Amino acid sequence: MQRIIKNGQIIDETWQLLPKDASLDDIRNSGDIIVPLALWVEHDRALLARDGGLGVWLDAGEEIEEIADQLQHFQVIALNFPAFTDGRHYSTAYLLRTRYGYGGEVRAIGDVLRDQLFALRRVGFDAFALRADKDPQDALQSFADFAEVYQASADQPLPLFRRRA
Amino acid sequence: MYVYDEYDQRIVEDRVKQFRDQTRRYLNGELSGDEFRPLRLQNGLYIQRYAPMLRIAVPYGLLASRQVRKLAQIARDYDKGYAHISTRQNVQFNWPDLEDVPEILAELASVQLHSIQTSGNCVRNTTTDQFAGVARDELIDPRPWCEIIRQWSTFHPEFCQLPRKFKIAVNGAGNDRAAIEVHDIGLEAVHNAAGELGFRVLVGGGLGRTPMVGSFINEFLPWQHLLSYLDAILRVYNRYGRRDNKFKARIKILVKALGAEAFAEKVNAEFAHLKDGPTTLTEAEVERVARHFVDPAYLALVDLDDELSRLDNEHPGFARWRSRNTTPHKKAGYVAVTLSLKPTGTAPGDVSDKQLDAIADLADRYSFGEVRNSHFQNIILADVEQRRLFELWGELRELGFATPNVGLLTDIICCPGGDFCSLANAKSIPVAEAIQRRFDDLDYLFDLGEIDLNISGCMNACGHHHVGHIGILGVDKKGQEFYQVSLGGHSGRDARLAQILGPSFAQDDMADVIEKIIAVYVEQRHADELFIDTYQRIGIDPFKERVYAANH
Ligand code: SF4
Repeated sequence: MQRIIKNGQIIDETWQLLPKDASLDDIRNSGDIIVPLALWVEHDRALLARDGGLGVWLDAGEEIEEIADQLQHFQVIALNFPAFTDGRHYSTAYLLRTRYGYGGEVRAIGDVLRDQLFALRRVGFDAFALRADKDPQDALQSFADFAEVYQASADQPLPLFRRRA
Repeated sequence: MYVYDEYDQRIVEDRVKQFRDQTRRYLNGELSGDEFRPLRLQNGLYIQRYAPMLRIAVPYGLLASRQVRKLAQIARDYDKGYAHISTRQNVQFNWPDLEDVPEILAELASVQLHSIQTSGNCVRNTTTDQFAGVARDELIDPRPWCEIIRQWSTFHPEFCQLPRKFKIAVNGAGNDRAAIEVHDIGLEAVHNAAGELGFRVLVGGGLGRTPMVGSFINEFLPWQHLLSYLDAILRVYNRYGRRDNKFKARIKILVKALGAEAFAEKVNAEFAHLKDGPTTLTEAEVERVARHFVDPAYLALVDLDDELSRLDNEHPGFARWRSRNTTPHKKAGYVAVTLSLKPTGTAPGDVSDKQLDAIADLADRYSFGEVRNSHFQNIILADVEQRRLFELWGELRELGFATPNVGLLTDIICCPGGDFCSLANAKSIPVAEAIQRRFDDLDYLFDLGEIDLNISGCMNACGHHHVGHIGILGVDKKGQEFYQVSLGGHSGRDARLAQILGPSFAQDDMADVIEKIIAVYVEQRHADELFIDTYQRIGIDPFKERVYAANH
């Protein structure tokens, strides 16, 4: 079973991530699933009628605006990094937390590596499914990379200049 | 200059620790080369042709003498005894060992220096006028704003994996010496009718493969909103900038594709959410930062025009140097002095460890312990007493810094090129040297007047060849090093990109080609007309005809 980092702890993964080409036929009534955006857009009613937990995942080029007024339906929003250098979803996570007030889980999936976790957490991610070949235990250390930061972000409402002693 | 408090220091020290660990993990195989690459780049570390290259950030070009001494020591201890001043006011070392880099960073941190974000796809060092704070045509001192932007951009969590590099320049003066129009964002200080301070904001300028002059998208952004507005621009770019093709990933391509107006609308829509939020700047913060840039303890002196003219008459060499290498100062009795790092036979912008130590020493004795790097790859002592100018000239001559060529044809901007850089198509340093040797007659050089000659070893345009009055670009022609020449570029206000002259030339022909171009200018110029003005009047054709005329 894959293990993920959630709120700074390592926990067992209980959600099933459905691939981009998943169809409604692949889905059972119970169990927690994270569906690709397209499936949600097409079958939102059917998905809402299920008993299991529901999450949605967005690929790097997909925009959060598309579901901004439906966020209450999701316990998890997973944002995919096709490469760790693709920074688009840093903005998505920030918007989810600060503009759309999303309080559920925001999870990083895909090419998620230790050296990006500090910044990812800052912009609002609270769960990280590290790339399968990486050890989440090692990765926990990166949350302590910096003791202080200059900017306001999802984790820190005030920039340093409003906090400086 | 800005002095770190415990927060700034902590952040830089944490970075050293972080990078030390990343390097360790790379060396023991936990991090692959591909995983380490963006990490080391965002710390200014390139793997180059012969050795790694480490680029040290010099925020807006400003250095204290103790920092210069530290750079000298690093050049001595970890490099081959020299450093290179880059075209973005930074300092580069060409020969450090990768294993030593964490230790070098720790040394740098001890004098409040670092290499954070000097490369990679992130917000780079913010640059400005090398005469900031002393220029006579200054509206406001841009340095506090550069420092405010430096802090905002340092490890900005949302903008640490941008589509491509991102460069911001700030101008606070009448003339634009910071080339803001060819930056991703250019900021120009302005006052509105009510006398309030704001910024004119330009986006989408840049050199490189697809050079463009940017577009102004906001004529007056009140200073309080500077950072929130930058956040808005960067968010639009981070989300919508192209990532499928690295040659189309700069913000200029996005601005061009959308059109400047549509881009501005997107920024404004984003800014509407951010305006008046917590990132709005406070007077207290601006004052806190500005306190670090108040005037040094200037003496009440008077301008010594008569005395200096008398010295000019007695010492033609001094007169010549003074006319080229000094700049009027806002304060009576003072003058800014440019140390030319362009003597013939030295790679433009290179300084040895001994020279760096000497510069630190001069800074302490003549200029309140500070120096500036310019994007022209020279070093400036900004606050020299006029009554000591003659004495300083004597010292500079001894040290090899008094070549009286600032702004002249041989004050060449030149990237490291094929001698060092693994991206190069061609060498640039030997071309610079060949041209310097051809134009070694000072009287002739003076007669030619101001000419910007810029050389890049490849399309990346680190040598800013597109905005040189004469630009030279190294190209690869069937595996051979060739050079394309362009004319008419200009980096100041109303920046202009140079026009390509025609087919490229072999390295051995370059000095001849430049000589022919100069000959056309000399024949055609009106009295006192500068090269760039003659070019604009007569166009490119006469130059083309001469250069490509069949040899008889
Ligand atoms: S212009 Fe090209 S050759 Fe010159 S330093 Fe930049 S990347 Fe290297």
